[in-house]
Amino acid sequence: MTAQAETPTLPGKRAERRAARTQRIREPRTDRLFMVCVYLLLTVFLAVVLLPLLYILASSFSSPQAVSAGRVLLWPVDFSLRGYHAVFANPQIIQGYLNSLFYTVAGTIVSVTMTVAIAYPMSRRTLVGRNVVMTLILFTMLFTGGLIPTYLVVQSVGLLDTRWALIIPQAIGVWQVIIARSYFRTAIPEELVEASQLDGCGDLRFLWSVVIPLAKPMIAVVALMYAIMQWNSYFDALIYLKNPDLFPLQLVLRNILILNTTGGGAVDASVVIQRQQLADLLKYSLIVVASVPVLLIYPFVARYFTKGILIGAVKG
Amino acid sequence: MATLTTVRPPAGEISARRRRRRRERPGLKGLGRSLQRHWTLYLLMVVPLVWFAVFKYIPMSNAVLAFKNYNVIKGIWGSPWVGWQNFELFFHNPVFWTLVKNTFLLSVYTVAASFPLAIILALALNEARTGLFKRTVQMVTYAPYFISTVVVVSMTILVLSPRLGIVNEGLGFFGVPAIDFLGNPDYFRHIYVWSDVWQTTGYSAVIYLAALSGIDPALHESAKVDGASRLQRIRHVDLPGIMPTAVVILVLAVGNIMAIGFEKAFLLQNPLNLSQSEIISTYVYKTGLLNADFSMATAIGLFNSVINLALLLVVNALAKRITGNGLWS
Repeated sequence: MTAQAETPTLPGKRAERRAARTQRIREPRTDRLFMVCVYLLLTVFLAVVLLPLLYILASSFSSPQAVSAGRVLLWPVDFSLRGYHAVFANPQIIQGYLNSLFYTVAGTIVSVTMTVAIAYPMSRRTLVGRNVVMTLILFTMLFTGGLIPTYLVVQSVGLLDTRWALIIPQAIGVWQVIIARSYFRTAIPEELVEASQLDGCGDLRFLWSVVIPLAKPMIAVVALMYAIMQWNSYFDALIYLKNPDLFPLQLVLRNILILNTTGGGAVDASVVIQRQQLADLLKYSLIVVASVPVLLIYPFVARYFTKGILIGAVKG
Repeated sequence: MATLTTVRPPAGEISARRRRRRRERPGLKGLGRSLQRHWTLYLLMVVPLVWFAVFKYIPMSNAVLAFKNYNVIKGIWGSPWVGWQNFELFFHNPVFWTLVKNTFLLSVYTVAASFPLAIILALALNEARTGLFKRTVQMVTYAPYFISTVVVVSMTILVLSPRLGIVNEGLGFFGVPAIDFLGNPDYFRHIYVWSDVWQTTGYSAVIYLAALSGIDPALHESAKVDGASRLQRIRHVDLPGIMPTAVVILVLAVGNIMAIGFEKAFLLQNPLNLSQSEIISTYVYKTGLLNADFSMATAIGLFNSVINLALLLVVNALAKRITGNGLWS
């Protein structure tokens, strides 16, 4: 501004140019250097996260020989789908995939139903006793009985080594109850409840035909949270299941990827080497196959996920 | 007591007491009315409440097992009491200090590495101009959070493998002999922590980004008018702006320091790196479910739960004092 005030004596065009230059200089030079650093830093972050993913993806589309020889970097070498053929030819993996689909769908339905059933009453201000109940629920976040006491309960209820063992014991997440409750509180105006009561609409009918349609975005978020958790977990299966036919995909993955149990006895040297190479390649393809469902839906839900975290964070 | 109640008080006093009682216990009466009015909602809560009782509160009561010598036939309540014997055995076990040390160091290292990096990523993203690049960085760094622990650990093992891994391939290029990263206990913590940073930094940054977007733009404008550089604005506007969020997150992390999860450490474990990778939760699993020493495992788990609860309460009190805002109100 001061520069412009000094320049009226100069001819018009020059004055403009000079004014423009001084305007630009107002952004300190260190700032431009700083911005370069910012973009460099972001590029480093991007590369560090992306490169391992690309490496796995590229390897999964390469030939077994190229993978075993370590010739793959970020682009497939000797493009082949043999890794994927091996994945889909493995009955264990298919069974695990189907099991996981079942656990995810059934678990999500049970979890969402239970969460809404507890969170909605907790959000109603005229409901006496809700503070006591909420405190009891929140307390379970702070203190737990522990692994063995929980295991003994699951055992005594008769869920051990059944499909329900992966659905019932983890059905309700306190965090999700908090998210749902604060959404119900903020998104459903009290006047709506009163108006519906005047019209003779009962609580359940109101929940079913007003609250749930209004809370669809939140229910979607909570459902996706449960679904992703269910798809990704292996711990409950590890402790509660013995029958391999019931194993979810993650447990099958652990057995193949980390414990290296692909099965099959040794025949002769060249066959063993080939089998070893294929087993190596299979790991890369398997990682891709197992992660694709989650990574495909994540870009669409990431935004809502963030919202969910923030809703929960507002009032713990 | 009985004799007292037989003495009838004067009539005026009765009504006064009744009135007092009505005022004293509005809860119970209100509950009755509320039950009448909202009985369907209470009915709705029954199944979830039974679930909480069975899967959360019964395990808490089952934790008495820690003070008993569990006998399968006699059951939890029929087993003989042994007092603090399980705890004493555990505290005198040479493995005790190793477990505490491993758990503590692994946790502290994780927090120390991931806490500042998430803030740095959020600040950098906040400075970058809105556009394809910024959106790409955010999307890509957020993605690993959705990948399962099993897959992340498998990727880590594959990338670091002495036979196939790209890291050893790269080291070999510089003439360094292949290193068995997972077979050497000294590398365990670094592998655990940095794969964790890889997986969660983008996710954690989102929370700070939200806090940054909540900062009043007028503060930035006036700082600009005063000639503050971008770096100065970060230091004097952005950092104070996200401080409350950062304190709460740090406090939560510190409160959970002894509660570090089972899933990942267990998967990264192998007999070679056990001296650094055995933490309390994995030891509980092995003692309880593999060796079937239920009482001992319960005792160790209870010890851990109590420490966690104490840490969280202390740290929450601190947070309240520092930020005026606890984790829960």
